Amino acid sequence: MTGREVVLARLRAALAGAPPAVPEPGPAPRDRGDRPPGHPDLLDRLAGRLTDYRAEVHRVAGAGVAEAVAGILAAAGARTVVVPAGLPAQWRPGAVEVLVDDGLPATRLARLDAVVTAAAVAVAETGTIILDAGADQGRRAISLLPDLHVCVVHPEQVVAGVPEALARLTPDRPLTWISGPSATSDIELNRVEGVHGPRRLHVVLTDG
Amino acid sequence: MRIALFVTCLADTLFPEAATATVRLLERLGHQVDFPTDQTCCGQMHVNTGYPDEAVRLVRRHVRVFAPYDVVVAPSGSCVGSVRHQHPMVARRAGDDALASRAAEVGRRTYELSELLVDVLGVTDVGAYYPHRVTYHPTCHSLRLLRVGDRPLRLLRAVRGLDLVELPQAEQCCGFGGTFAVKNADTSTAMLADKMRHVLATRADVCTAGDASCLMHIGGGLSRLRAGVRTVHLAEILAATEADTDPPGGRDRTGPASRDTAAVAR
Amino acid sequence: MSGRGGAGRTTFLGMPATAPPGVGNLRGTEPFPAAARRALGDAQLRRNLRHATGTIRAKSAAVIDEVPDWPQLRAAGRAIKADTMARLPELLEQLEAAVTAAGGTVHWATDAVEANRIVTELVQATGADRVMKVKSMATQEIGLNEALEAAGIEPVETDLAELIVQLGDDRPSHILVPAIHRNRAEIREIFLRAMPGVDPALTDEPAVLAAAARRHLRETFLATRVAVSGANFAVAETGTLAVVESEGNGRMCLTLPETLITVMGIEKVIPRWADLGVFLQLLPRASTGERMNPYTSLWTGVTPGDGPQQVHLVLLDNGRSAVLADEVGRQALHCIRCSACLNVCPVYERTGGHAYGSVYPGPIGAVLSPQLTGVADNASLPYASSLCGACYDACPVMIDIPSILVHLRAQAPHPRTEAAAMAAAAYTMDHPALYAAAQRAAGLGRLAGRALPPPLNGWTASRDMPAAPPQTFRQWWAEHRSGS
Repeated sequence: MTGREVVLARLRAALAGAPPAVPEPGPAPRDRGDRPPGHPDLLDRLAGRLTDYRAEVHRVAGAGVAEAVAGILAAAGARTVVVPAGLPAQWRPGAVEVLVDDGLPATRLARLDAVVTAAAVAVAETGTIILDAGADQGRRAISLLPDLHVCVVHPEQVVAGVPEALARLTPDRPLTWISGPSATSDIELNRVEGVHGPRRLHVVLTDG
Repeated sequence: MRIALFVTCLADTLFPEAATATVRLLERLGHQVDFPTDQTCCGQMHVNTGYPDEAVRLVRRHVRVFAPYDVVVAPSGSCVGSVRHQHPMVARRAGDDALASRAAEVGRRTYELSELLVDVLGVTDVGAYYPHRVTYHPTCHSLRLLRVGDRPLRLLRAVRGLDLVELPQAEQCCGFGGTFAVKNADTSTAMLADKMRHVLATRADVCTAGDASCLMHIGGGLSRLRAGVRTVHLAEILAATEADTDPPGGRDRTGPASRDTAAVAR
Repeated sequence: MSGRGGAGRTTFLGMPATAPPGVGNLRGTEPFPAAARRALGDAQLRRNLRHATGTIRAKSAAVIDEVPDWPQLRAAGRAIKADTMARLPELLEQLEAAVTAAGGTVHWATDAVEANRIVTELVQATGADRVMKVKSMATQEIGLNEALEAAGIEPVETDLAELIVQLGDDRPSHILVPAIHRNRAEIREIFLRAMPGVDPALTDEPAVLAAAARRHLRETFLATRVAVSGANFAVAETGTLAVVESEGNGRMCLTLPETLITVMGIEKVIPRWADLGVFLQLLPRASTGERMNPYTSLWTGVTPGDGPQQVHLVLLDNGRSAVLADEVGRQALHCIRCSACLNVCPVYERTGGHAYGSVYPGPIGAVLSPQLTGVADNASLPYASSLCGACYDACPVMIDIPSILVHLRAQAPHPRTEAAAMAAAAYTMDHPALYAAAQRAAGLGRLAGRALPPPLNGWTASRDMPAAPPQTFRQWWAEHRSGS
């Protein structure tokens, strides 16, 4: 017998006596979609929750993204920035060296100061932004290795809770859920920001 | 109402004052108390120590003795928890489904004292008088198995003369756990030390609870410390009135007399 | 061939089997009470644990209070897990098919020996002599690091707490925070002693310590070609694996290497994509006390041009089939490794995790470890609880741990004298006349422990026994009430 056959036979034998009683699942976990995506309450909540976990939130008019991004990079002293190929051209910062990712090696990415991406979905209740490696977000590595991540989020991407976010996402793409900057609770169970992932997370939240 | 007293082996043997107080209290409230003398022990010790097969005969006895009664009360959250949650399991495990369903039926009609008073008899002011500073320890099985909630506190708040003080970290286990206190005596003692620290911090004269077992544990520790805080069962406080010349709790029942008790269950 | 585990077991291929001895970290070297006694004597350990568990309890309670439908979420979590267990074989086959269709390779390991062999051979096939690891209970359970080292492969733990444990030549003591028994000053000392190139001016500020770990591991992340991870969840219908983490070491390991090997206990599968919506709400709040952990990675097989191009999934039994066969105990397989039960357990808070011997400490460990190994090999663990029930209340998937503990006590080997005393006590208690006589014997101070209820049959040095009352209740009743 192969390992596969043995494991499956064991499990079938284990269940043969008395299969587990499956309790009624009860009412589905509350649908938090009582506010439609982009509702002002959700945007406020997202901003509050992000800030609570030490992300910095910049709320700007739709046309003000480029200016906001440039301001964040300048304030951080970032000189080299990587962007995904599909990032809207008008968001690209002007005053710094911009590399468009075409498969840059990790060692190169690690030497860059910042990354600018869009997002796929954001979850208001948990203060989470979700990247799905779309063209305006890029490979997972580019939002991981630079120490500053600037992420642009649009109102219609902001949903109330986790179930609503999953409904909008597809498992075909690698997903990265980000809730604040890299952190650890491993020292006396106190949350400390800044370990291996980007130590600074700036979210630019537009109004349309 | 005719109420059967399930005295519990511990109260019967070592803390009869909790049981006599339960009788006096219910009679004062106008009810008739029966004590079926064929009762012994619910078998919780056997079940929790890993001997459910030995417990079957005790479950069978308990069900036979209490089946005729519509309402059964015990001055112990832990023993009521055992009757409600363990008896049907023990019977099912032994393959006796008929016993399991009868046990479940008896379990549904069995109440811990504060449940009986508040839910069945509908009283919170039982007319008690107890002029002491008291803190309440919500024993684990009353708290989490029976979910008695604030019923004991509502009863205590209605006692005249009683100064109720909140116990810090009240929901932490005192460390008794029956066989646990024997098999893991060091850990049990560490838990008890913290419980006693919190009791002493309240500056209460009396620590009360709905379980004689936990009170024995806490009281035994406090006695060793000569801390001056007494443990008194909830029933004794609720049974006390102005007419009592010697309010319960005035007698120190703990002492080193039995310290050389044989250790069998190690 | 591949179905064979440790030698000397009398199990049959295809019948549920416990985890083999001699490999992995499921068995302690001494009974719980002895190990606990030593831990209780360590005042620094007690302070560290009290502080850490107190902190996490408060944080967790605060974020759970924010969720109005927490009880429904817990019930949903329990229902999904029960459904999963009822359909485990078919869900694993579905998972295998989905992962394979997405470009991954699935391996089946009957036990720790097989899993270690499979992983070692996969690493050797890449030619690498070093792997980086994301914190994983499954690989600790099977002793993968020891197996890799024996094959000349260096495993590098990248989770901060695991790094502290590895550098300190220590053992993990908590499911979520393996170095919970260490405070900041001790961590600083470990780093100064064992971290190459560390700044000698290192302070014990947590942020400074975290930064030191960042510098220390940066090169490893960029240069290591193989990573080993666990998985928090695996979605059968899509083949998606999930790792929930905080520091970004997980993202590094899941993203940068060429080869990713995930070792996962078979109970981690969940049926549907939407089920993640329940567990990703339950886990962070119950675990680290956060609304959401900083990073969660989800991947489905291979994504061309993004992340590892060689993706393996090792499905591990190692005793789980035996747990599944126990109708009462099987709900221990519902565990999502949040460690909430550890954080609320009054026993764990005082003894720490090492006393449990197994990599799975605390209440869940006390029910999981004995079932994985067979109760005889961890016979003291089901008794390492006062049955206070705090674990059941805290569990985000509503595992009735106290009931399993009691159930396992019935399977534990019993000391002969105890068994005789229990039988005698049951006999006595089933004969009211004998029972009353035994009570009177107690009243006279002639204690025959064999026939008496628990408080009489053993006490310890730190409490006074109550003096026997002048009369038992039934004597009082006979005098004052009977016949009235």
